[in-house]
Parts: sequence; structure tokens; C-alpha cells
Amino acid sequence: MNAPVENLTFKDFASDQEVRWCPGCGDYAVLKSVQKLMPEIGTPKEKIVFISGIGCSSRFPYYMDTYGFHTIHGRAPSIATGVKLANPELDVWMITGDGDGLSIGGNHMLHVLRRNVDMQILLFNNQIYGLTKGQYSPTSEIGTKSPSTPNGSLDMPLRPCTFALGAGAKFVARSIDTEAKHLTPVLKRAHEHRGASFVEIYQNCPIYADGIFDYIKDKKLAADARLVLEHGKPLLFGANNEKGIRMDPDALKFEVVTIGEDGVTEDDLVVHDETNKVLAQMLAGIRTPEFPEPIGVLYCHPETSYNDDVYEQIKSVRNTSSKADLDALLKSGHTWTVE
Amino acid sequence: MSVVEDNININTHETTGVVVRFAGDSGDGMQLTGNNFTEATALFGNDLATFPDFPAEIRAPVGSTFGVSAFQIFFGSENVTTAGDQVDVLVAMNPAALITNDKDLVTGGLIIVDQDTFTDKNLNRAGYKSNPLEDGSLDAFRVMKIEITKQVVEAVKSFGLSHKFAVRCKNMWTLGLVMWLFDRSRDSTISSLKAKFASRPEIANANVAALNAGHAYGETAELPAGVEIYKVPPAKVEKGLYRNITGTDALAYGLIAGGQLAELPLLFASYPITPASGLLHALSAQKKFDVMTFQAEDEIAAVCAAIGASFAGSLGVTSSSGPGISLKAEAISLACATELPLVIVNTQRGGPSTGLPTKTEQSDLNQALFGRHGDTPLPVISTSTCADCFDVAIEAVRLATKFTTPVLLLSDGYVANASQPWKIPDFSSYKPFPVKFETNPDGFSPVNRDPETLARVWAKPGTVGLEHRIGGIEKDYVTGDISYDSANHQKMTDVRKAKIDGIAKFIPRQEVDQGNENGKLVVVGWGSTYGAIFQSVKRCRAEGLDVSHVHVRYLFPLPENLGELLGGFDSVLVPEMNTGQFVDVIRAKFLIDAQRLNKVSGQPFKISEIEAAIKELLEAQK
Repeated sequence: MNAPVENLTFKDFASDQEVRWCPGCGDYAVLKSVQKLMPEIGTPKEKIVFISGIGCSSRFPYYMDTYGFHTIHGRAPSIATGVKLANPELDVWMITGDGDGLSIGGNHMLHVLRRNVDMQILLFNNQIYGLTKGQYSPTSEIGTKSPSTPNGSLDMPLRPCTFALGAGAKFVARSIDTEAKHLTPVLKRAHEHRGASFVEIYQNCPIYADGIFDYIKDKKLAADARLVLEHGKPLLFGANNEKGIRMDPDALKFEVVTIGEDGVTEDDLVVHDETNKVLAQMLAGIRTPEFPEPIGVLYCHPETSYNDDVYEQIKSVRNTSSKADLDALLKSGHTWTVE
Repeated sequence: MSVVEDNININTHETTGVVVRFAGDSGDGMQLTGNNFTEATALFGNDLATFPDFPAEIRAPVGSTFGVSAFQIFFGSENVTTAGDQVDVLVAMNPAALITNDKDLVTGGLIIVDQDTFTDKNLNRAGYKSNPLEDGSLDAFRVMKIEITKQVVEAVKSFGLSHKFAVRCKNMWTLGLVMWLFDRSRDSTISSLKAKFASRPEIANANVAALNAGHAYGETAELPAGVEIYKVPPAKVEKGLYRNITGTDALAYGLIAGGQLAELPLLFASYPITPASGLLHALSAQKKFDVMTFQAEDEIAAVCAAIGASFAGSLGVTSSSGPGISLKAEAISLACATELPLVIVNTQRGGPSTGLPTKTEQSDLNQALFGRHGDTPLPVISTSTCADCFDVAIEAVRLATKFTTPVLLLSDGYVANASQPWKIPDFSSYKPFPVKFETNPDGFSPVNRDPETLARVWAKPGTVGLEHRIGGIEKDYVTGDISYDSANHQKMTDVRKAKIDGIAKFIPRQEVDQGNENGKLVVVGWGSTYGAIFQSVKRCRAEGLDVSHVHVRYLFPLPENLGELLGGFDSVLVPEMNTGQFVDVIRAKFLIDAQRLNKVSGQPFKISEIEAAIKELLEAQK
């Protein structure tokens, strides 16, 4: 399963279709990373299926030379669930955005995560509706001015990773569109995880929300704005890893500390544990400017997938019941013969 | 007019048919009582039809009129196709059951009541100003006033049940009495009680004792004048092996059968809704067959999971009732655009909105034909009887796979819940229609078509060399790539329509169910009005009237010869449980001045209602 597919390169996963995102769109970078990852994951090309909803990012399947289904707005999780149930040997990748996955499709996202259907879910979060020309989205910050909110949006944004954890997701991660070195290993981890793997990707929309992630992408700001998570490692950040996150046990909250100040050492810092859900929820909740924002795998706690359980249950029913005989079924219950 | 008006005579033992209705509180177990009586009657050899009629509330307040649950059965020695117009024997477990049902009773009919429930409180709650058992208002009927509660408590005393549990055996006591009245065997009920309460033998034994006590009461008690055992001889029916079947079970079995004939696994994805949930329950219990069931988070997810399954090479099936079908509409259009096989079952109920969830109606025909965005024609077929559900489900699978299209199957609450004896078909006589998946990469395009049927190739993920993308955006006629070209969109729309229109060449010609192929009047029906139309036409023909019956299974596309056939009649009458949806199709399609007969009361047509309309139309022709 994990041996590289022989002789295939990323080019073998690029379809003959002209990519039609806007120049400078973060989607290009994610597409490239995914195409490059494909030969490495070891799944035969014909068993890979990309399924998307509606929106800019949902055009993604057309550009992959695999099986693909560009479906309807918000419903990709349900279609993907049907695909995986019908043929669990397929390697299912779901592509969605903040509007598609968390607004119109929020209910399906909740349930695909709760059920833990084995697939990779890549949520491109650009905090805006791109394809419909720039309306604010459920992840837009309060005050976002858009054609539908000329005086600024009023409603509280949804935090995708917090949502996913709340829904019961067993794998939750976050990465950044143009940072292949970070994104690719995260996607690889997501693929290795059996069950629903949720990856939020900060994605820049150069037309309607340009620069909203500069605070974490800009090289000068990044060191203080991002917290790169590694399992078993202390939560360190800053240009020289001089800062860290400590738990205030009385208030049950994080605090930013500087190593060497007030007698703080690395031993005082929180150590990242991917299997700790409470920690994952705290990490999903912290934001700049008070805290750096975590990227990497926030939570990974494998349990059996829904599709495995479904097949297991069918197997056990078939093992314990009589042969599947339609004639016998038709003749079940009380019957009588008319001579 | 009663079905058996002339036969039900208090001095006559033998009759060709009887209608019995059990009515009581929703917690009184009337459906269970009715089902047991049905089973005993089927085993006796009568032809029969049933009509369970229950409230939307699961446990409405005790004694309330809106909480009355009823089960009607019509059984006889001749062919029976409806649950009967008027009731010959009414079992009323309380005043509310009496006041809501006595208007349907034939003059001289028999009423069996539990006198113990006719308390001031219950009478008041039912809306009686005085006690009908005493004020003479039931003089037109024969009434058996029995202290059933008291009798039951006495009968089950030795089992040490609490008063509450003892009283619950009332339905079995009453069933025992009714079985005596019609000379039915109690054996099937006794064995089903023992199986049902296998882990609680004291409950099983108490119920059996109550059943026997009710029967013994009939044998020994001094009964009112004229109450005697009815003799309803077995019906003369075709030789073979029979069982009782509900529409829901027949549909479930038909879907399994269709999957086997197509050599495809099924993924049945649904969301609970009355009266369609029964199909989800029935199929969930058949996992040993190649059927997977998935209870989705909502109607949209259910249809989408089914579409996903079809994309992956299973046959996706989804099911709902009208309001749920509305929610699925966008996804059904996606299946039309991507030309994937899909079966959508609509078990119709009274609408609009929540409407009458437990009552029957045929008002989703327009939705089935037109209820989607864009030009999205798809085949619509309907089921006319419980037994018919089996064949119609197979046909839905055949059309969906042969023409790579969603198919809408219209059933309704009446067909779904009712039951009838079913001559068990010989499944080996059904012709398989195995699906051939595309496997050849040479010249492959996902939009390649069969030149004869115009069906698209079905290439499932996992097939080497056929990697391709489908989706809701319009696709090029040749390559299957995204295309916004205007001429191409015209061509794709035209070919999708031509494919569905062309199905008319692959379905049976419309036949006449009863009567001549031309004449003065034809009654045209579709769906569950079959039984009532059949009987009304039969009666009129017995009186020498020139009337025929045509029942249409294929509502879109229509059989090729339908227009010509209807054109051979002077008048066309279309009875429907809606405000006239199919009649408008007939009028628009064939420019025929078809007449409408409509009923949307939540109840099926009575035979007499259609009979009267036939006579009125024939009279007008003179």
C-alpha cells in the first residue's frame, strides 16, 4: 500500500484540462502539492477518486488525472460517503471550501466526521465566496466588507478545526497553501490515517481576500505568528524558538512565555500530544495576535472507520444467518397452497 | 352503497364478502389485532384487502377522537381489490372509536363495543352528549354491548399480571370473539403470540387465554338476536403458493430481486419519513443479500450517497415521501446531468408540507414529472397494488440501468401499508438484465453512448485506464470535458431528452385491464386507485354498461399506443387522489376531453364513488 507506484510522476496525475483559477490563486499551489504526493502514496491511479462540491476549489477534480466527481454545493461529503461505502477499496479525497463545506454543507461535514468515513477532506479556507464574486463566508472575520455586507459582516466566524473536533473528527490538521514543505507531509499523514482526516488549508484568494493570511505567511511575521506542531515536542515558537506555550493550571488556559525569563525553561512548556483531545481543542482555539496559530497535526486518534464497521457488521450477519436465497425470502412467513 | 348490502342478512349465514373494521385507541393494539385477523383469514382461503388507518401521533391522549387507530379488512369468496366501501362489522374499543367510525357502518351492521369504556369521562371526551348505547341512536344497527375489560381481567387473573397489563390483553379477547364470529382458526395467532413474547411467557399465555376466552364467550354467551356465525367460503383463486404481503415488503423484495437480475449490489440510502420509513426497515433486515442500507443525516445526504454509490458501480436507491423528495430535487438533477442510474421511491402521503403524513394521496405526480430545475426528463412509473410493487421495483432497476438514468417510482401510503394475498412468483422465470461496465480504454469517453438506447457507458472507478471526471457542469458531447459551447448544450439537452423519450420503445404497449378496446367510456387510472376502479367497472359491466378500465403503470414516457387507445372511446374518466394531475397530462398530450374525478380526503376512493361517476358520464352521453 505504501510503496511508490512505479514510474509514475506528478505529471501522470495532471489531467489534460487547462487549469482555470485566477492568477496567483492559492489553489494552484495545493494542486501541485497533491499531484506531487500522488505517486508517493502507493495507491494505483485507477483507485483514486477526487470528489468535490461547488466553488473555486471544487474545480480541483477536473485537474487530476484520476477518477473524479464534481458534484453539487455542499454535498461532497455525502456523495463521497456513498462512493466509499460502495467500494471501500477506493482512495477517496474530498475537496471543499469554507462556504461549500461549512455553510451550505455544514450538516454533511458534521456527519461525515462524526461517522468517521475513511477519506481525506481538504478544506480550502480563504474566508470568502470566490466563485460568486466576493460575498463574506462563514469563516470571514467580523467586519468583513463584501458586496453583501457593505457595512461589514456582523456574525461570528466559525473556526474549521474547532468545528471538526467538536464533530468528533479523529484526525484534524492545519496547513498553508503555498508551503509545500509543510503541507505535503500533513497530507501524507492525513492519507495514512484510516477514517475521516480533516485538513484545513489557509488559502489565499488574490481577488476578493488578498493577503488575509499574510500575518502567518509573511516571512518576517511568520516566526511569531505560527506554532509548528510536532508530536512529543514542546510548544516552541519565535525566530530562535525563544518563546513557548505554558499551561496556567489554575485558570486552565494557555499563556505565552519566554524561555529564560522569570526562570522559565523548556520543561515548563506544554508538550504536544496528538492523542489528547482537550489539548487539541485548546490549540484549535488560539488565534493571533494573543497567541501564535498552530499548524500541523492538532489531533490524531485512530478508531475504526464507519466503512470498516459497516462491512464487519454485514460479514457477521452473513456468517450467522441462513444462505441469501431470494426464493426462500419470497416464501417467508405464513404461506398456503391453493390446489 | 355497501359492497355486500344484499348478502349481509342477519338470517343468512353465508355471504360472498364482509368488511370488518377494528377501531380503538392508538395504544389498544388495533393494527396487531387486524394483522392477526388478516393472517387467519388468508389461511382460511378468502381473498382479501386491508387498510390500516392510524393517526400521526404515536400515543395520542387516551380516549381522544384524533387518537383513534383503525384497521379495515375486506374478505370474500370472490376477487377482492379494495378494503371495501362500507363496514359490516365494527369493533369499537371506546366511545371515540365509535363516534369516528359508525357513519361508515352499513344499515343493519354489527357493532361490538367494550361497554366498560363508556364512562361519562370517555363519552364526554369523545363528544357524546348522551350514551349512545342507551339513547337509541344506534337503533339502525345490531349492537353487542360486552363488558370486555371486566371479562379480560377475569380471564387472565391466574397469570398474576398487573391491572394495566391485564387490560392490555383486551385486543386479543376481542379478536377471539371476532374469530368465532367468522369461524377462523386461532392457531396462527397463538403461534405468533408465543413467538412475539418468547421471553415473557406469562404475557404470551395471558394473551392466549384472553383470545380463547373471547372465543368461548361467543360460543356460550347469550347473544342478541340475529348475531350468528358468518360463513364466507374460500375464494376461487388461481392455483399456487400464496402469502400475505404489504406493498412495502413487496417493494423491498423487488429491489433485492432487481439487484440480482442486474447483477449489481444495492446501496439503499434513506432518511426516516412517514409513510416511507418501512422500506428502510425492511431492507435493513436483509443484509445477507447484496444490499447495504444507510440511514443518512438528511434527505439530501441520502440521495447523494445513493448517487455516489452509483458512480462507484453499485445501484444507488433512495426513498422518501413528497416533502423529502423536494429536498432531493437538486441532486436528482445532478444524476440526470451525469446520467447515472438511480432509483428514487416516493411513497406519497397527503400534502402539501406536513399535510396528512399517515394518510394516502397521489398528489406528487406533478412533482415527479416536473419537480426539478433545468430540462431533466426521467422515467416515472407507478405501482397499483401491494403485489404489483414487486414487479414495478424490478422494472425501476431495469430502466435505471439500461438507460443510465434516475427513475422515479411512485407508490403511496395506502399501497405501502395495506396487504393482500400474493401468489408467490417463480423468480427463476424472470429474465436477468446484467449490467455491462465499460472496461476498454480504446476510444473511451465517459459520454460514449449506446446507439440504440442512447444510454451512456458506465465506467466505474477502479477500472484501469478509464480515469475520468464527471460533474454537474455541461460536458462536451464527444470528449466529456467541460463545455460552455452553446451548440453543444443544445445537443446534450436534446440527446438526454431523446434518450428518455425513446424509453417508450422499450416498455410494453398499454393494454386494457377490463372491457373492450373501444366503446363509450374508459376509466383511466394510475397507482393505488386500481382496486376501486377495477370493482366499479366490474359492477357496471355486470349491469351491461359499456365501460372499460385502463390502468397506466408508465407515467413518463407514456406507452406509445396510449393516445390511440384512448381515442377509441367516446368519453374518458380519470379518477385520482389529487386535484387532477394525470388528467391534465392526458388532456395536454393527446388533446382528449378527459373528465376528472378527484378526491383528496386522505382516504382511498370508494367503489361507489367511481361507479356513480361512470353512470353519470354514460347518462350524459345519451
